[in-house]
Amino acid sequence: MKPKKIRHALTAATCGLLGVNSSDSLGEEGDWSFDSAVLYYSEVDRVTAVEPVISATRDFGEERALNLKFVFDTLSGASANGATPSDQPQTFTRPSGKGAYTAAAEETPLDDTFRDNRFALSSQWEQPINRDYKTAFGINFSTEYDYSSLSANANLSRDFNKRNTTLNTGLSLAYDTVNPEGNIPIGLSSMIIDNGQANYRSEFNATREDSEENKDILDLIFGLTQVIDRKTIMQVSYSFSDVSGYLTDPFKIVSVVGDDGRPLEYRYEQRPDARQKQSLYWQVKRQFETDILDLSYRYFWDDWGITSHTIDLRYRWILDGRHYLEPHIRYYDQSEADFYRRFLIQGESLPDHVSADYRLGNMQALTVGMRYGMALRNEQELSLRLEYYLQSNDNTESVIPGILNDVELYPDVEAIIVQLGFKF
Amino acid sequence: MYVCRFAAKYKDDESMSVKLFLVTVVVVLSLAGCANLGVEPWQRSVLAKPEMQLISDPLSAGLDDHIYFSKEASSGGRGFAGGGCGCN
Repeated sequence: MKPKKIRHALTAATCGLLGVNSSDSLGEEGDWSFDSAVLYYSEVDRVTAVEPVISATRDFGEERALNLKFVFDTLSGASANGATPSDQPQTFTRPSGKGAYTAAAEETPLDDTFRDNRFALSSQWEQPINRDYKTAFGINFSTEYDYSSLSANANLSRDFNKRNTTLNTGLSLAYDTVNPEGNIPIGLSSMIIDNGQANYRSEFNATREDSEENKDILDLIFGLTQVIDRKTIMQVSYSFSDVSGYLTDPFKIVSVVGDDGRPLEYRYEQRPDARQKQSLYWQVKRQFETDILDLSYRYFWDDWGITSHTIDLRYRWILDGRHYLEPHIRYYDQSEADFYRRFLIQGESLPDHVSADYRLGNMQALTVGMRYGMALRNEQELSLRLEYYLQSNDNTESVIPGILNDVELYPDVEAIIVQLGFKF
Repeated sequence: MYVCRFAAKYKDDESMSVKLFLVTVVVVLSLAGCANLGVEPWQRSVLAKPEMQLISDPLSAGLDDHIYFSKEASSGGRGFAGGGCGCN
């Protein structure tokens, strides 16, 4: 099918979803523009995600525009459950309570239960108030098997100094619901393993409480964008995020080990029910001759004790008028949450909050990659992105008992990211 | 101003107040200093290019934010910190 026909078909489909008649309301052909991509993300031995996305934008003139975006994720694979490896095979109860999964001796315990599809729809409307003030409003909805999210946002921006300086402020409110199969585990309760005991089901049910939990998210952002010269633009912004409600991961556990390092039991993790996140972000973009440098830095901190630094550098190397290569490097460094523990040792008092989720630990991550872009006729563009992502965690436990010295407590996570994009 | 309201709300947290104060100072000073920067409207040919927009590829940026939100403890910065997934 030719691109023009695809555009006609998508315009009709978009109008159908909006409940409007394309021939009446869309005006001239070409008013809609589309941007599409398919992302493939795959971790070695763990999660694989395939994520097609399409975005449609209609320019209504006078800086008014409507954007609609559809995302569909399919996720499969396995995810670290938080337990430590052991010199013996380990058995874990599935989150539903129906059946078990095992980890071989000396292997990082991975929960292979999860398989999910996620569908997300977002819409954004841009509307200027006058020459200097602009607004934007958006609504987002996403749903997956055991999780749903609804959010709304509003942005206001004001131009100064011949539009060389822009101040903007944004507000987003979100409401998320999680309802896992097998209900929500009681934080810090001990995982019941089915060893054939007659009352297994009632013992398992005693570790469960509500069937669903929620969280509320308030995000605020304040930004300043400044044109420096004909070829340079810069932005600084401050963001604040207040999250409250159920912030625990219902699928994660923590091993309680004996003096020999072998697991005695597994406790469901428990995180605080509130979190305030803040970040400062700086970005500069500059054109040199024809090439473009894009550099950004983010400093992030929260009241869980996590701080992080993120540096991101892209360089668009224009090969000729129609082709470019864009090398990309990103470095990320985070400190652990106050309640992060790789394991608990028998005899120590149970903390109020604990998680062994490696994503809350001391971590460094590196992304390196390359993007190739090719301009086609009629402002169409084809692009291919290939990246490698590596995460490494550091030990912060002061005592590592027994056999845990002989197993890999902090395995690296490696992933590849492939993205094919088409703008038309 | 939201900044002031939040500074007032969290006045007990000294470090947060100091950080917010510094942010406010930087923004105000930047704004004052910025009056001397910039270009005339007819000098925007480079800046107007799609590839010179701060987020030149919103789709890739959204996909990246989703990956890093799922795999790291930080989020937000160039946009809302967000949520919207169970994220294994």
